Amino acid sequence: MKEFYKKLRMTFPRKLLPFSAIAVLIVLWHISIARSDSSILPGPWAVVLGIAELAQKGLLLKYIVASLFRVTWGYLLAASLGIPFGLLLGWYQRGEKAFNPIIQILRPISPLAWIPIAILWFGVGDSAAIYLIFLASFLPLTVTAMNAVRNIPAVNLNAGRNFGLSEGQVITRILYPAVAPYLIVGLRITLGIAWLVVVAAEMIAVNSGLGFLIIDARNAGNRYDLVVAGMVMIGLLGIVLDIGMRNLEKMKSIRWGYGGN
Amino acid sequence: MAQGVTTTPERAIETAKINVRGVNMVFKRDGNEVNVLENISLQARKGEFVCILGPSGCGKSTLLNIAGGFLKATSGSITIDGEVVNGPDPRRIFVFQERGVFPWMTVEGNIGFGLFKLSAEERRKRIAYYVKLVGLQGFEQAYPQELSGGMKQRVEVARALAVNPDVLYLDEPFGALDSITRLIMRSELLRIWEAERKTILFVTHDIEESVQLADRVIVMSARPATIRRIVEIDIPHPRDISSPRYLELRDSIFEEIGLAHKV
Amino acid sequence: MKRWESYFWPLLALGIVLILWRQGVVYSGTKVFPSPFDVQRGLAELIRKGLLWGYIGDSLFRVGVGYALAIVLGIPAGIILGWYPKAATAFNPVIQLMRPISPLAWIPLSIVWFGVSNLAAIFLIFMASFFPVVVATMNGVHNVPPMMRNAGINFGLSPADLFRRVIFPAALPQVLVGLRIALGISWLVVVAAEMIAVDSGLGYLIIDSRNAGKRYDLVVAGMLLIGVIGLCLDLSIRRVELLKSVRWGFRNE
Repeated sequence: MKEFYKKLRMTFPRKLLPFSAIAVLIVLWHISIARSDSSILPGPWAVVLGIAELAQKGLLLKYIVASLFRVTWGYLLAASLGIPFGLLLGWYQRGEKAFNPIIQILRPISPLAWIPIAILWFGVGDSAAIYLIFLASFLPLTVTAMNAVRNIPAVNLNAGRNFGLSEGQVITRILYPAVAPYLIVGLRITLGIAWLVVVAAEMIAVNSGLGFLIIDARNAGNRYDLVVAGMVMIGLLGIVLDIGMRNLEKMKSIRWGYGGN
Repeated sequence: MAQGVTTTPERAIETAKINVRGVNMVFKRDGNEVNVLENISLQARKGEFVCILGPSGCGKSTLLNIAGGFLKATSGSITIDGEVVNGPDPRRIFVFQERGVFPWMTVEGNIGFGLFKLSAEERRKRIAYYVKLVGLQGFEQAYPQELSGGMKQRVEVARALAVNPDVLYLDEPFGALDSITRLIMRSELLRIWEAERKTILFVTHDIEESVQLADRVIVMSARPATIRRIVEIDIPHPRDISSPRYLELRDSIFEEIGLAHKV
Repeated sequence: MKRWESYFWPLLALGIVLILWRQGVVYSGTKVFPSPFDVQRGLAELIRKGLLWGYIGDSLFRVGVGYALAIVLGIPAGIILGWYPKAATAFNPVIQLMRPISPLAWIPLSIVWFGVSNLAAIFLIFMASFFPVVVATMNGVHNVPPMMRNAGINFGLSPADLFRRVIFPAALPQVLVGLRIALGISWLVVVAAEMIAVDSGLGYLIIDSRNAGKRYDLVVAGMLLIGVIGLCLDLSIRRVELLKSVRWGFRNE
């Protein structure tokens, strides 16, 4: 028996292992669709054809760009406002005391609960979606920045002052490098949330983008192959975004913050 | 063993509690082979306190992990009471640095950790006894994060002793403690060892520590680790650490390792 | 900081926000957007009509069932993946691919499978909380220090006991972090799911108040309720993190 496993291991290259589960799932998916009588749900091949069809019509690229456009603007806006705000709150204890309760109540409000108000203020369009992404990313980034400042060890700050750094230098040379690892993690998690929200926002508040593709494909003719094609694209792009953020974490100057793995 | 052979070293081997024979260890790292242990042979008698002394990273912890059964030697063997070590065993407990204490259990929970086969009544008695032995009365319900480094180390020693093992392996147990606590812990360990007479293999990189504690000091070289010398410490306990014999033994080890004892 | 300050500053900030809100509504002369007082009246109306408790109950029920399912299935799955590295290499790509798919993107499929019903919403909550729970548990089990594992083995524990007495308690703090994140996401998702897939609950309250008569006072009232309940959920799971047997795993936040 042992010999058998050894042989199996030799003939089954390690690099294939990560793809094996995906392959098995795809085969199971195919079989269960082929066996069932329902003609509504697509098999894997139908989905591939669906993606090809979207690409051919030029919709695929257009929708991807539309979704990414909204995420980018909402997210950048949130980062450029939320991080400084959070740093300020972390630096001035009274500010944190004052705003923390409000932040804690606003945070669990689903960004999607803002949809009616977003539409009221901005109408059905890109601005409404960007506003929702902004809401979804702003508070998590503020809280991350706030906690990051609060967790800087006092010795680091004292050491800086000991060497005669000015208040401004303390901020650029100690505060900024000390919070960077936390911020990068916060930015990555937030980007994930933003990606989650854009899809939902597009299902309700606009008429382009991958979220719209999904809901539209269903409403206009039950094209479930396109629904699943949209889901696959959302998953793939989500991974690409996540990997991009993880590469940021690998930069040497911030890697000290992430323990062994 | 061939019968009728009466030369002293052979006899020593026959009566040895722990017998390490020709142990080699080769690690594979990134395709390179790193020789960590080279042909290590040593014995420990029953109830003996043996220190394995060597520079950091020389492989002495690897040797202890092989003896504990956590690693498998590339070649060679370790027998205890004539039985080949084939894996971890509650008769031989490994004491890690204080980080081996389970942080989710109280002091009592930790000390009673290995006593799951006993009745509740007996377990309670045993825990109480060892709490007292290591001087942690009043802290039975405390969690490790509420204890100092020295106290955590006591918890680990008590947890090991509570299951009444024949052999204790200690891997630089006092390495993370401050120097005063370290001195106290050494005399505590000796007191406990004299009460319980376990066979102890104690890994350290501290020359003074080894001469203060051990019956014999195994001096190892840097990687790949070989045995450079075995030094018998023939001073009775409690040891006077300013006595000429102590200084002589200590200095001979300093010289063996190649350190001038001047600062 | 003096004692009175820890009440004074939050109240001051809250007061300023409320005043700004009210003045903003007054100055802009808006007829649709509610002032704080309108919201308060709206809330009172909901209570009077007896709708409020029903909606809250529906939302909590969906979150409760979906989240519980995610725990019951996700923790064992995470344990297996954390314990067998090969299983993790095989399944990790699938998990990483599924995770960024917004749970809401499943809405069309969940309606095909379950119709417009509680089950559809519960399925969405499950999809939203399952992956965070699995990933946190997997990492938790995977990151148990080998030293602790070895100590457990050394005392002669059987594999089952080793698991129960060492691996699980050692992984628990990380699992709890995953549970907290998953609960937060569930609460986000239930609101969105109720806006599309069902016709009760706080999310439905929001979208329905808007669609049926532009009652923005009720929209904002629903939002505040969602915020307060979400905060309560978060606080209650944080209480679990304060237990002494898991507190060692959390840096003092």
